[in-house]
Amino acid sequence: MNISLNITTTITEFLSGFMSEGAANIGTMVVIALIYLAIFAVAGLYLVLLERKVAAWFQLRLGPNRVGPWGLLQTMADALKLVSKELTGTVKADKFLYNLAPYFVIVSSLMALAVFPFTKEFQAFDINIGLFFLIAISSIGVIGILLGGWASNNKFALIGAMRSGVQTISYELSVGLSLITMVLLTGTLQLSEIIEVQKNGWLIVQGHIPAIIAFMIYMIAGTAETNRAPFDMVEAESELGAGFHTEYSGMKFAYFFLAEFINMFIIAAVATTVFFGGWLSPFGITESIPWLGVFWFIGKTFMLVFLMMWFRWTFPRLRVDQLLTLEWKYLLPLNLLNIILMALIVWLNLTIQF
Amino acid sequence: MDTTIKNSNLKSEEYFINMGPQHPATHGVLRLLLTIDGEIIKKVEPDLGYIHRSIEKMCERDSYQQIVHLTDRMDYLSSHINNEAVCLTVENALQLEIPDRVKVIRTIIGELTRIASHCLWWGVMGMDVGALTTYFYGFRDREMINDIFEETCGARLTMNYNIPGGLMFDIHPNFVKRTKEFIAHFKTKLPEYDTLLTGNVIFQKRMKGVGILTKEDAISFGASGPVGRGSGYSCDVRKYHTYSAYDKVTFNEALKTDGDSFARYQVRIQEMWESMSIIEQLIDNIPEGDVQVATNAVIKLPKGEFYQKVETARGELGVYINSTGTKNPYRVKFRSPGFSNLSLLNHIAVGGKIGDLVASMATLDLVIPDIDR
Amino acid sequence: MSYFGDIVKGIKTLLTGMSVTGKYFITSRKGAITQQYPDNRETLKMFERFRGEVVMPHDENNEHRCTGCQKCEIACPNGTIEIIWDRQIDPESGKKKKMIDQHIYHLGMCTMCGLCIEACPTDAIVWAQNFENSVYDRSSLTKVLNQPGSKLKAGVEE
Repeated sequence: MNISLNITTTITEFLSGFMSEGAANIGTMVVIALIYLAIFAVAGLYLVLLERKVAAWFQLRLGPNRVGPWGLLQTMADALKLVSKELTGTVKADKFLYNLAPYFVIVSSLMALAVFPFTKEFQAFDINIGLFFLIAISSIGVIGILLGGWASNNKFALIGAMRSGVQTISYELSVGLSLITMVLLTGTLQLSEIIEVQKNGWLIVQGHIPAIIAFMIYMIAGTAETNRAPFDMVEAESELGAGFHTEYSGMKFAYFFLAEFINMFIIAAVATTVFFGGWLSPFGITESIPWLGVFWFIGKTFMLVFLMMWFRWTFPRLRVDQLLTLEWKYLLPLNLLNIILMALIVWLNLTIQF
Repeated sequence: MDTTIKNSNLKSEEYFINMGPQHPATHGVLRLLLTIDGEIIKKVEPDLGYIHRSIEKMCERDSYQQIVHLTDRMDYLSSHINNEAVCLTVENALQLEIPDRVKVIRTIIGELTRIASHCLWWGVMGMDVGALTTYFYGFRDREMINDIFEETCGARLTMNYNIPGGLMFDIHPNFVKRTKEFIAHFKTKLPEYDTLLTGNVIFQKRMKGVGILTKEDAISFGASGPVGRGSGYSCDVRKYHTYSAYDKVTFNEALKTDGDSFARYQVRIQEMWESMSIIEQLIDNIPEGDVQVATNAVIKLPKGEFYQKVETARGELGVYINSTGTKNPYRVKFRSPGFSNLSLLNHIAVGGKIGDLVASMATLDLVIPDIDR
Repeated sequence: MSYFGDIVKGIKTLLTGMSVTGKYFITSRKGAITQQYPDNRETLKMFERFRGEVVMPHDENNEHRCTGCQKCEIACPNGTIEIIWDRQIDPESGKKKKMIDQHIYHLGMCTMCGLCIEACPTDAIVWAQNFENSVYDRSSLTKVLNQPGSKLKAGVEE
């Protein structure tokens, strides 16, 4: 299926007007990379602000309200501060790995952003294994965390990194399986086609019971993937101080921090795409104005991000062995059962189509 | 709980880690020397002395009126009860007859202190197990009590409202009204504590069966207060060595027999209900009368040894004064509840995970200046 | 089936927990319990018994009530109060009399215990409700409570 023209082709056509085809291709990549970087550096910062505001409202506080109107520039100021800070490090750290770790984390989370269809037109990279690509990329981030924890020569960081390894490897499974449950319904891994399928009703409606179970499992596992409370074993403040990024400061710390929030956005965006129809408006109310899709996409994503924040500011943290119990004794068996259920439903044609 | 990997070719090495003196879970400047095998705690050695101010030695320098304000700085969360302990010791030594009004006011403020302390404990305990929002809910209710204190005593934390022979001055006219308002408010908020945290499945998993302390161990470690009562050791000083106006009120000693962290948690929640009931019994009929008995400007205790214990929010606080008949004590010793409760940390934490250590330490409700003095 | 029962029960407890925070989130507009401190300086009023710092009130004739008896100095556990006094000739009666030269108060050492104010027989020193006590230089924490040129109010000593 040809997904009309997206921004990649638009920019390539524009650039090839005054340069050779090869140069135009490279130029396109650079331009798109820059656009995405700029958008998500800012989006990440505002996610941090949103988190702080939401936390404040849960906790009977006001939240940041000093820098700019309603504190809107607070995280910008924080970022400026972090940029200007000294990059400290431990003496016996493995310097190369120590410096490499933040880039692993931030690059993996930025790469994952490339495949999302924000609207029909706004998608940088529409590959036919989109979902698979996402799962693969999102598990690279843990290498950065492991490296950071190992290389900074700090026992707290090491414990945090090891916990992260255990956690991400386990929950990767649930994320993958719950998405595969939905792939049974769509029959494709390509994100743009997954959304096309949902024109007959969002997948969470089409797949009804197993889809809802898959969504719940996905949200739990996704929260664990991003190392957020109640699964923040990695940086469990009251246990490990700051966890794997104990020894990082300045911009290197900011990379870890930003990556956490972009990962949160990614998890929510995947859920939006796979379960809630991506940029499709509910009942097609704004179908005639395609660019509104981006608002639907962002809106749905933020609802899910808010849900994750709600989790974070309500629940206590699990212990590390309970974390594994939850995955291997509850989520995994449920997930496997759920796949069978979904397969039956697809086979017997019990899906709800509009 | 099987803690070792048996019959395995995997070789693991124990390692040593410093938790504190600057660590979010140690609530101050407690330093724990942990020996860990992976995630499993092998040994916990508390290292004290980071906030030692030699309060006991300073007491030997001061007059009996001056000692009182030093005890504010020991267990700062139950400062009024500490003050009361010293005052009771001195009053018993002098065999002063204390007016009923003083006794009742001391009891009410003491119980308010206990609620305030438990509110703070609930907040930080939630933070220790990772639920950050509890902190603000606990502090919201604690602020109301602090306002009551500020209006009556002039200070929020280090109140120094007691003097040997009574109270420094009478309660503020608004005291009764505000206290009633608080009780009405807190009765709607305390059930919320339960819905937010107590019932939560994650919280229960973190708490139940963790940090188990048997009744025998509790007694032999000298545990007192909610820690002892969580293990089924009935040790409420208010019941067994009654002082102030506790003989005039009826209340139940919160007792749980499980001995785990969750039992200690439940005991404290139960104690908040009991404290509210005690205040309700007393607040409407505070007897009229003086708030001070005249004492000499320079108090001289008779020669001898005097001991008085009270129940602070953390457990049994004992005050021992050895007097040679001069205006200063020869020796003052405080038996602080936190010290004994800390001593059993190694016992209950070994074999658990790092997360268990933090959770059981939170239920011990340690206040480090109380331990170090 | 306790396996599935546990899951359902667990999810239910989690949802009740979320309902508590959710309720506060919805009512957060009016529910903030924090104060915006430097902004509410005008309206922020301390209780009248609040122990901010020790001051010595003077009346319009620059007269205070301190007789220099030094009871506060003795009562203070920390050596916060120092009274410098000497015997001067009282201009009215012509007799030699104990008069304060300087009533020195070291705010940096004060623990706000209130023993000095309780000890004062003439109510010469009282609590002020001022709570903004931070200064840039430690030496400015040492204050002389009696104003220069002030003298004892007549009739206090009787």
